[in-house]
Amino acid sequence: MQVNEYKPKIVAFCCNWCSYAGADLAGSNRLAYPAEVKVIRVPCSCRVNPMFILRAFQRGADGVILCGCHPGDCHYTSGNYYTRRRMALLFSMLDYLGIEKERTRVEWVSAAEGAKFAATMNDFVKTVTALGENKRLEDLRCKK
Amino acid sequence: MQKITREVLIAKAEELLSNGTVSKVLGLKKGEFSYDQTPAVFTDIESMKKDFVFDDFSGANFSKYLIKETKKGEGKTLVFLKPCDTYSFNQLLTEHRFDREKVYVVGIACDGMVDIKKIKNAFGDGIVSVDATTDTLKVETLYDGVKEIAKAEVLAERCRNCKSKKHVAYDELIGEDGEVISSNRFDQVDELEKMTADERFAFWQNELSRCIRCNACRDVCPACTCEKCVFDNPNSGVQNKAAANSFEEQMFHIIRAFHVAGRCTDCGECSRVCPQQIPLHLLNRKFIKDINGFYGDYQAGEEVGNRAPLVNYTKEDLEPSEAVNKGDK
Ligand code: FES
Repeated sequence: MQVNEYKPKIVAFCCNWCSYAGADLAGSNRLAYPAEVKVIRVPCSCRVNPMFILRAFQRGADGVILCGCHPGDCHYTSGNYYTRRRMALLFSMLDYLGIEKERTRVEWVSAAEGAKFAATMNDFVKTVTALGENKRLEDLRCKK
Repeated sequence: MQKITREVLIAKAEELLSNGTVSKVLGLKKGEFSYDQTPAVFTDIESMKKDFVFDDFSGANFSKYLIKETKKGEGKTLVFLKPCDTYSFNQLLTEHRFDREKVYVVGIACDGMVDIKKIKNAFGDGIVSVDATTDTLKVETLYDGVKEIAKAEVLAERCRNCKSKKHVAYDELIGEDGEVISSNRFDQVDELEKMTADERFAFWQNELSRCIRCNACRDVCPACTCEKCVFDNPNSGVQNKAAANSFEEQMFHIIRAFHVAGRCTDCGECSRVCPQQIPLHLLNRKFIKDINGFYGDYQAGEEVGNRAPLVNYTKEDLEPSEAVNKGDK
């Protein structure tokens, strides 16, 4: 029996119209993805302010993933195109500051892609587990 | 290039005030020392002759002051803008932050401003005054008498990598206009990118941990013009300085730079005012460099009405994962 096995904390921002439904589908198809993934539903991927991502890290997340509709399929026509530019710049900046770039990810998952959702999450959790705890962006005051 | 002196500017102001073109002048007056100048509004030429100063310490970017100044009273405000200031000026016009009709811009040539911090680094404390009107600065010190130093040696960091000697907005020019110049301003960003993630983290940790969260970089930035700033919100989680931990500084600086990404003209005011000498412009330049690399060259403020890259998109934009890997090379 392993004691104190490291389990990362993962925050997944999921767009209401696609990935959130994708997660549902994964559930109803009984596809397993790790319980470490905490899903936060957002109305559209472009609702995610860069500060949300940093805040998640501040409060102790080890990895943050953002899921939205495929480019071209956004419920609000163009939201995810803006997301794409924003996150490209933000992630590049985090990398520039020396934060491991594997801790952040954007993935496009439609409502029909339950399997892709589960696979993405499994893969992301694996990557973050390998990296270990996020030390560089957490706020010690938030540690209980 | 015509050397701009205090006298030239006062003469110009006198002309414009007396013929009624403008009703006030935005300029600088002496602060506690000759090198810490304070912004001031002059409404008559006598007070200007008395208090107005202009030398190689007069590097402040006046564009942002126009937002408040143009809302006060009738008549136009006269402002002297260096080439780099005119980019901020245009960017603010693009964002409809003030009325162009209420400003009279006199473009002035600039051969770089000096940085008092570099002078202090060279001579230590106890600097009484500095004569910064010629290319050899005369520094009067408390303990060593008068010292000389070449202007080139204490040129402000942003002026070393000056991006343009060309004015992109003006009503009239004193002297001749220059050209956009290539300045290798991304060299330092390149160097950082070549380091390993650990080295970069150590570099920024060292820089950002000195931050005292005075918010000067935000207050001076001509692109930071929100009336209510997210950093003043007690719920933002970044309102106060964290003594125990580096996180707040990181978050503050990432968000500060991000909020002006695509609108930052690279005027370098943030680094100029930083009391802790943090190279904040390197964060802004990273965004500029990425934007140029990912979405095509873009210079904020080049023309009024240009659409900033972050409020724009194409269907073929690269994916965030590609972007991060691209930064690696
Ligand atoms: S609605 Fe799903 S990304 Fe915009």
